[in-house]
Amino acid sequence: MLRKLFKFHGGVKPQTHKTQSTTQPIARVPLPERLVIPLHQAVGGHPRPLVAPGDKVFKGQRIGGADGSLSSAVHASTSGIVRDVAPALMPHTSGLTTLSVVIEPDGEDRWGELDKVNYRTAPPDELRDFLRDAGVVGLGGAVFPSYAKLKPGKEGRLKTLVINGAECEPFITCDDLLMRERAADMLKGIVAMRHMLQAEEVLIGIEDNKPEAVAAVQAAIAASGQSGIQAVAIPTRYPAGGAKQLIRVLTGIEVPHGRRSTDFGVQCFNVGTAYSIFEALEFGRPLISRVVTVAGNVDQPRNYEVLIGTPMDHVVRQSGARPDTDRYIMGGPMMGVRLPAFDVPVVKATNCILVGSPALFPPPPPEMPCIRCGECAKACPADLAPFEMYWFSRSKNFGKAQEYHLFDCIECGCCSFVCPSHIPLVDYFRFSKSEIWARERDKSSADAARDRFEFKNFRQEREKQEKAEKLAAKAAATREKVAADSQAGTASPATEAPDTAKPAAPSAEDTKRALIAAAMEKARQQKAQIAPKNTEQLSAETQADIDAIEARRAATATPPTPDA
Amino acid sequence: MINSPFVRKAASVQQVMLQVLLALVPGIAAYVWFFGAGILVQIALASAAAVAGEAAMLAVRGKPKALFLSDLSAIVTAWLIALTFPPIVPWWLTVTATLLAIVVVKQLYGGLGQNPFNPAMAAFCLMIVAYPALMSQWPAAGQLDFSSQLQLIFGGARQVDAISGATPLDALRTALRAAANPDSQLHGLRAAQLMDGPAYGMLGGKGGEWVALGFLLGGLWLLQRRIITWHIPGAFCLALAASAGLLWAVRPEGFASPVFHLASGGAMLGAFFILTDPVSGATTPRGKLLFAAGAGVLTFVIRAFGAYPDGVAFATLLMNLCVPLIDMNTQAPVFGHKKD
Ligand code: SF4
Ligand code: SF4
Repeated sequence: MLRKLFKFHGGVKPQTHKTQSTTQPIARVPLPERLVIPLHQAVGGHPRPLVAPGDKVFKGQRIGGADGSLSSAVHASTSGIVRDVAPALMPHTSGLTTLSVVIEPDGEDRWGELDKVNYRTAPPDELRDFLRDAGVVGLGGAVFPSYAKLKPGKEGRLKTLVINGAECEPFITCDDLLMRERAADMLKGIVAMRHMLQAEEVLIGIEDNKPEAVAAVQAAIAASGQSGIQAVAIPTRYPAGGAKQLIRVLTGIEVPHGRRSTDFGVQCFNVGTAYSIFEALEFGRPLISRVVTVAGNVDQPRNYEVLIGTPMDHVVRQSGARPDTDRYIMGGPMMGVRLPAFDVPVVKATNCILVGSPALFPPPPPEMPCIRCGECAKACPADLAPFEMYWFSRSKNFGKAQEYHLFDCIECGCCSFVCPSHIPLVDYFRFSKSEIWARERDKSSADAARDRFEFKNFRQEREKQEKAEKLAAKAAATREKVAADSQAGTASPATEAPDTAKPAAPSAEDTKRALIAAAMEKARQQKAQIAPKNTEQLSAETQADIDAIEARRAATATPPTPDA
Repeated sequence: MINSPFVRKAASVQQVMLQVLLALVPGIAAYVWFFGAGILVQIALASAAAVAGEAAMLAVRGKPKALFLSDLSAIVTAWLIALTFPPIVPWWLTVTATLLAIVVVKQLYGGLGQNPFNPAMAAFCLMIVAYPALMSQWPAAGQLDFSSQLQLIFGGARQVDAISGATPLDALRTALRAAANPDSQLHGLRAAQLMDGPAYGMLGGKGGEWVALGFLLGGLWLLQRRIITWHIPGAFCLALAASAGLLWAVRPEGFASPVFHLASGGAMLGAFFILTDPVSGATTPRGKLLFAAGAGVLTFVIRAFGAYPDGVAFATLLMNLCVPLIDMNTQAPVFGHKKD
């Protein structure tokens, strides 16, 4: 059946380079000498280590516990001995380290006792917890904990579950091979997800340059007898595999930046994720390995089932890296990240180890000024005007860059890909975003500091106010006392008529003098208090002023001041 | 450190400009065929001046010379100057105009990509204000052989009136104005009848219409190569034809036909090669439509009511001025924010 497909704006058609790595089935990789398993591999909180150096671990044993509201567990990929729990280099351009568990395999690769769940009867909440503890995260590269996405929206049900088998990045074929070889099991995972999400229909989007995968998935659907699940071949155009773009192509819905797709009745998962969900639910096996494409500057590009934590050079050795290799890239050539070393570990986000050489990925020609040709805007799948954002990023006018929707940029690289002036546009956008985040962080810590400061001021003001009130009371008391004293000798000054004030003058003078003395004392104290005050705290200050005036008035209003 | 993307399309400014130059060739060929090889001399003069001016300015500004000279953008400006100026202007005028365009209008504004005005058109406007007589001498097709053209370009003395006339555009306007005057012997004649003379061809000026056709061809090729989009030529031609057609329909005795307007003067060159200059033009699709439509209407207005032989140059500059405003107000909605 032909479905109506939708188009997304822009996109590019880089050379796909996919055929070389699909000629052979997925292979296993021999156990490496040691595995380095970073504890923080997914979006969300840092799992806490559950093992210590010297511990024996089984394959599948939890070594990092999910922590916080959004987090995902991490497991030992093979049996062996924990040699270290220490920071190690992460597979990221930054060259930063992250807390990792180093395991020396014992060679037996023995599973431990695995938790099981009956996913056909268990309530969704229990399944979600189970998947969180099984460490299942999005394997398309975003590594978002899957359990957190397996919640239908407010309505409790979903219109469409989109399964992403588009795999639009050049060189990468791990999803292709997975669909070809494991379509039936993957489909079981999809059925379980569909059940959890109460999804009306399931659309599996696959770029039409993978006819074998489309056929395999269609055959699996037919064999399963499931209805409402469809494998759809979509036009090959990068980045059709971006979640938003795929949702757009299959359903016509555009999920805006910052909104949940479930609000629009859609949720999207990668095919590899679906397979891991199957493994977890069916066998209780946590996510300890994944399919990884090794491609680029190697003799035999191929896909491997790789244990998480395996050093990348160990994997690449199976394919034979060529001598002029100068870098590994994790991911594809459009969005991949250049790695700081060859022996960084394979993690859950590693869909591809792209082996690079200067000949394969030559440095771009020198950057020229932007000629405003608009090619970048034509290619942008987010409908942005990259050259405008570039201009403002360059001049560090981040506010303006944000006005041009900087944060809607998905960093797909299409704009850099087409720019005739060879401007590394995405680099500018990454830079701007990180600058803005840094400023936000600074601002929020400054906000916290200001809050503390304001509270201190508030406290001081309150104390001052209390003091002023006390003073006012005291002044009133003084006045009363003075008044009482003078009253003893003369008629009540309060009732005295102005023209009869003369006889009472001396006592009135006394009263006045006493009051002035009290007021001066008060003013002196006030001054001492005002000195350290921040002039910005106007409201508190004004309040104090008002209090002081009131106190003064209270002290001076009632006594007769005929001469004054 | 180089970040992703690690692959790039094989595109460069140089390639873009080279294709623009190639696209100009059919028009230039027609030009040479009908008006003689003098134009080639002008193109050579302008190119040499452009390269010299650009190189000097790059040296002064401390920019890499080889890189920026090889982008060919200066050559495109030079060719456009040669092609929009009368082919028999003296050599120093071509050279001065080109240097002005490159040194002042382009480089002093910051060089490639920075100039708010189209350099060739700015130079044209400056020159027509400064040398109105020289800038208004257009030989008719086949009127001058190559050696007399060379003499005019390099020789000192000029017998202005003897060798040149106005453009057909200019001439027709003058004739139409005369026709409106009851005292004139042309009184009462219509544009079609006025165009019966030897200076006119089937659509526009004799020969000129073929040059325009050449530029149209080249422009279509640029469209097909996706160097330009349809928005600017489409909106410009439509607006020019519509505004010309409106007045022509109302008062055919007073105005030239829309076809004549499209086929004459710098209309085709403007539509496909001048207004489409990305640097000084609008960038959003809607903005391009507005920008070019404005230029089309202005071109007609200046042609029909102004004192200059053609309106494309002034119209371009005026619309260049509006570009920031147009761009700012025509940003398309981004992904997820469209109203379907
Ligand atoms: S593609 Fe490059 S040169 Fe063209 S507008 Fe975009 S940034 Fe400028
Ligand atoms: S990287 Fe950002 S700006 Fe560039 S094309 Fe992709 S989404 Fe658009």
